[in-house]
Amino acid sequence: MSRVRIPPQLRSEVGGAREVPAEGGTVRELLDDLIDRFPSLRPQLVEDDEIASFVNVYVEGEDVRTLDGLDTSVDHGSTVILLPAMAGGL
Amino acid sequence: MPNYREYLHQVKSEIDEVDVKQARELLDAPERPLVVDVRELDEWSEGRIPGAIHLPRGHLESRIEQAAPDRAQPIFLYCAAGNRSAFAAKSLEELGYENVVSLAGGYTDWKRSGLPTELPRTLDGEKRQRYSRHVLIPEVGEEGQLKLLDSRVLLLGAGGLGSPSALYLAAAGVGRLGIVDDDRVDASNLQRQVLHSTAVLGEWKVESAKQSLEELNPDVEVVPYRERLTSENVERILADGWDVIVDGTDNFPTRYLINDAAVWHDIPLVHGSIYRFEGQATVFKPGAGPCYRCLFPQPPPPELAPSCAEGGVLGVLPGIVGSLQASEALKLCLGIGEPLVGRLLLFDALATEFSEVTLRRDPACPVCGDSPTITEYVDYVEFCSGRPAHA
Repeated sequence: MSRVRIPPQLRSEVGGAREVPAEGGTVRELLDDLIDRFPSLRPQLVEDDEIASFVNVYVEGEDVRTLDGLDTSVDHGSTVILLPAMAGGL
Repeated sequence: MPNYREYLHQVKSEIDEVDVKQARELLDAPERPLVVDVRELDEWSEGRIPGAIHLPRGHLESRIEQAAPDRAQPIFLYCAAGNRSAFAAKSLEELGYENVVSLAGGYTDWKRSGLPTELPRTLDGEKRQRYSRHVLIPEVGEEGQLKLLDSRVLLLGAGGLGSPSALYLAAAGVGRLGIVDDDRVDASNLQRQVLHSTAVLGEWKVESAKQSLEELNPDVEVVPYRERLTSENVERILADGWDVIVDGTDNFPTRYLINDAAVWHDIPLVHGSIYRFEGQATVFKPGAGPCYRCLFPQPPPPELAPSCAEGGVLGVLPGIVGSLQASEALKLCLGIGEPLVGRLLLFDALATEFSEVTLRRDPACPVCGDSPTITEYVDYVEFCSGRPAHA
């Protein structure tokens, strides 16, 4: 079980939670578990069976694209951060 | 007990002294020692050995470690006639510095021998008082304050993030602040945009900003650009010469535009963004770390971009994130500290929690990568539909 931090832009898709638990030994399994429960997250996170280009996934502070992408292993108890591009400033 | 003369004689016998000729050779050598002027401010202000730093005798012991953290660093000390610097050399040796020399005959002999001198730039009395709390910090000091007064920072947006950034940069004495914004002050802005006030409702934000900032600090020249940053005007605006850009825009097209421009012009870009209770900040420094496109190669499709109007933001949040941006911009101007290069700082005001993720330069980045595929400005469509964006 890992803890997935949900960014404010996506919280309405998960009932408002700031953080949700998810199961999976890899990023792929973990996202599958999350999307199974919250299907409206799919277009926000996945694009052509890859992590969408406008969102980053960090496992323990490291961008999984610089690791093994969707195959990056996720240890039990890890913190996973989902980070879509955010533009607001005004 | 020895008298002063005897004591001086004794100290001089225990330290290494060089005469003017030897000093010249030392300072012309490829491995130049750290040249430290230990005289008082009024003496320093009238001329110094080129490249010297100023550590008055009274502050020498407390400040030398900042200037020379390595005890093996060769140090060359001088004063007016070589007596104060002799005592200073003795003190530094007692502090463990291994390679210290004092100039016998001091600056007087140096100057009399016709060797090069320079008049240091100094802050006038008024500025010395205004910026005294900066001057007191060893990492800033008078040199640093003069550097800030010579610095030029371009702010994109005079809104939530731009307000605190601009106010603190102006207060800090950044000499030239450019502000790009094409919006007017609206009542709904005042909950967070502290540059503006009720009295200027309906006025252009750049004009209101100019007035507020120049009232705060008349040393600062504010250059207003009452326009939205576009591929048409970005080159003209950057041609005015900027050391650092602070991005406080509210939309993706401008963020990608300024990222690409900053990479091509080799200007560090201080990024900040906010949404409801959460904010992010990082520094994209070309050559030293990733750019915005390494982080997000493409903007999200319009249908997935959050609607700005629905977003909302806690009024103080841009105050925190914009102030972080100002702090990063000042560090970049001064060349001190560890800027947020390669690190994205995340702040959650509800949880009162800062966290950080690592950002890496992407060798395949379309703009700053090894084989760039984007080489001219891209005009993305406006995502935040229902309301025009401003920058």
